[in-house]
Amino acid sequence: MDEIFGIPAPLLFGQLLLGLINGAFYALLSLGLAVIFGMLNVINFTHGAQFMMGAFVAWMLLNYLGIGYWGALLIAPLIVGLTGVILERTMIARLYKLDHLYGLLLTFGVGLIIEGLFRNEFGSSGMPYRIPAELTGAWDLGFMFMPIYRGWVVVVALVMCLATWLVIEKTKIGSYLRAATENPALVQAFGINVPRMMTLTYGAGVALAAFAGVLAAPIYSVNPQMGANLIIIVFAVVVIGGMGSILGSVITGFSLGVIEGLTKVFYPEASSTVIFVVMAIVLLARPAGLFGRS
Amino acid sequence: MTEATRRTLLGGIAAAPLAAAPLSARAQAANTIRIGVLTDLSGTFRDLNGPNTVAATRLAAQEFAGRGFNVEVVVADHQNRPDVGVNIARQWFDRENVDVVTSLAASSVALAVSDVARERNKVAIATSTATSDLTGRACNANTIHWVYDTYMLAKTSGLATVRAGGDTWFFMTADYAFGHALERDTSNFVRAAGGRIVGSVRTPFPGTTDFSSFLLQAQASRAKVIGLANAGVDTINSIKQAAEFGITRRGIKIASLLLFITDVHALGLQVAQGLICANTFYWDANDQTRGLTRRIRALAGGDTPVAMSHAGDYAGTLHYLKAVADMGVANAKASGRATVERMKAMPTQDDAFGAGTIRADGRKLHPAYLYEVKTPAESRYQHDYYKLLQTTTAEEAFRPLAEGGCPLIRT
Repeated sequence: MDEIFGIPAPLLFGQLLLGLINGAFYALLSLGLAVIFGMLNVINFTHGAQFMMGAFVAWMLLNYLGIGYWGALLIAPLIVGLTGVILERTMIARLYKLDHLYGLLLTFGVGLIIEGLFRNEFGSSGMPYRIPAELTGAWDLGFMFMPIYRGWVVVVALVMCLATWLVIEKTKIGSYLRAATENPALVQAFGINVPRMMTLTYGAGVALAAFAGVLAAPIYSVNPQMGANLIIIVFAVVVIGGMGSILGSVITGFSLGVIEGLTKVFYPEASSTVIFVVMAIVLLARPAGLFGRS
Repeated sequence: MTEATRRTLLGGIAAAPLAAAPLSARAQAANTIRIGVLTDLSGTFRDLNGPNTVAATRLAAQEFAGRGFNVEVVVADHQNRPDVGVNIARQWFDRENVDVVTSLAASSVALAVSDVARERNKVAIATSTATSDLTGRACNANTIHWVYDTYMLAKTSGLATVRAGGDTWFFMTADYAFGHALERDTSNFVRAAGGRIVGSVRTPFPGTTDFSSFLLQAQASRAKVIGLANAGVDTINSIKQAAEFGITRRGIKIASLLLFITDVHALGLQVAQGLICANTFYWDANDQTRGLTRRIRALAGGDTPVAMSHAGDYAGTLHYLKAVADMGVANAKASGRATVERMKAMPTQDDAFGAGTIRADGRKLHPAYLYEVKTPAESRYQHDYYKLLQTTTAEEAFRPLAEGGCPLIRT
């Protein structure tokens, strides 16, 4: 019991838990990406920048307006979601009729521009942001020291994933959305404003990214590149889970977090590549992803 | 100007204005020193370089104006990629008449560009580079290494930590040239002082944001000290997460081997307090450093603290221009090797590092300082971050000349 594959058991349990925590971020981010792709057929590569904007807006709220973490958790997603709505109305909406590639290029470019602007304004080292007083401290689990804040991240991420899934699968709005994805013309004929629904969906997906950004601000460095590092991994998660599959991206997000965590113990040098190895294998075996419809 | 050339010029201007331009431009170019600032303007090291680096270089050029030659500063971003850096350097040297490249953040870029400077007989002044190989195995007669290197960092903070009782180490090393060099140099000092290395982990670079897994491994190794052989955002994330996981509260020391004031600024004193770091320049050390900092910030604008790399950009450029004035523009432009020779022969004197010298292997020598980061209560004004723990003399701080294996020394 003391050692598993030559690794002390407490260390291994700790790594599994950490993997789950990182998986929570992957799940939350890939959820937004999957929602947007499912409804709009656009691969939103601005997602990383919007995640970063969420963290920066939280920082700005604190430093310019004195609004703390709890306020930011609500306000930052609204503000960033609103910028998403504007982006969708003015630019992305023009590309729905074209190939996916155009949406990808546009959102990728917009993401680079946003990151460049933030770097120009705030530099590259980042900004300090503290863990809220209510969530500081840690539990001693015996095998590891578990910061309360990380536990909070996992719980909140799970709740958000579940809520999103419920909204889309079990509510009337969700059913309209799903119908509009299948046949927008028909749904429009029933008197439902499909373009507005698309805009709001994009806004909601972006708000999810910003929400993850606020969650990340106290534990990762709040810097302009923070999203760029994550977006590629999250994109891989969505591909593995099956483009557009909500449940797929949530489950894949958590499990890849765990796989990555274990790699960090057994062969740390490969920990940034292991997800892409999994992606390559999945694409060869199941091109539509684990949970995707081919 | 002789009568003949004036007539030719005037005639040329009257006859064909376009043809005259290259003539006067060539005369102008012969009397102009061009400094190429090859640096990180957009990536991880932007705050150690970026606008402050450009401003510090321009400041030195401005303060040296009016000595009978013109000084121009050109700037480019190497994106921390050696291939990009080498291409820009070649273009500058071959087509744009640049005489010296400075800054050179990222060890991989500095090693590559220094070789181009040797090939084209120009000058490279590395002010933001860490690897001690630049004045060791990879040294050449066209390169000067200013400010700091992995040996100095390892010796100053490594030795001090072991002496304070931190005798078992676990390294978290960024998996590239710089991290490996820093780990190697520090390990040597830890062992020499009677300490032990109980483990290490190589973290992928770039692309690692969560270091908590590695921190737990370090904790499980029961080492008393976690040595961070990384830089910039990696260091910031490691320290932030070490505080979060209660690593430091359990009595494990974090030795951040390369910590810039810009990192402390980003961490905030609440998290960074009590860390120790080796530096060769602190803006608030004396009246000269404070004056220099004011002048750099007036040119640069913004809120970024002036770091030791910026001080090096100023001092390196200034000393280069002094050597040019001493030997004449024509001689300086003709041979980078001769210019570096002259720079080594002249003692240095500037507001950043005070008096100093440049050694035969290209190493700039000045004292090194060990600082401790202040607590929030101790900090009284903007960027008031450090208190001095100890000073190491220039001779003590850097690797002895004979030990580096620089080929210049044997001949």
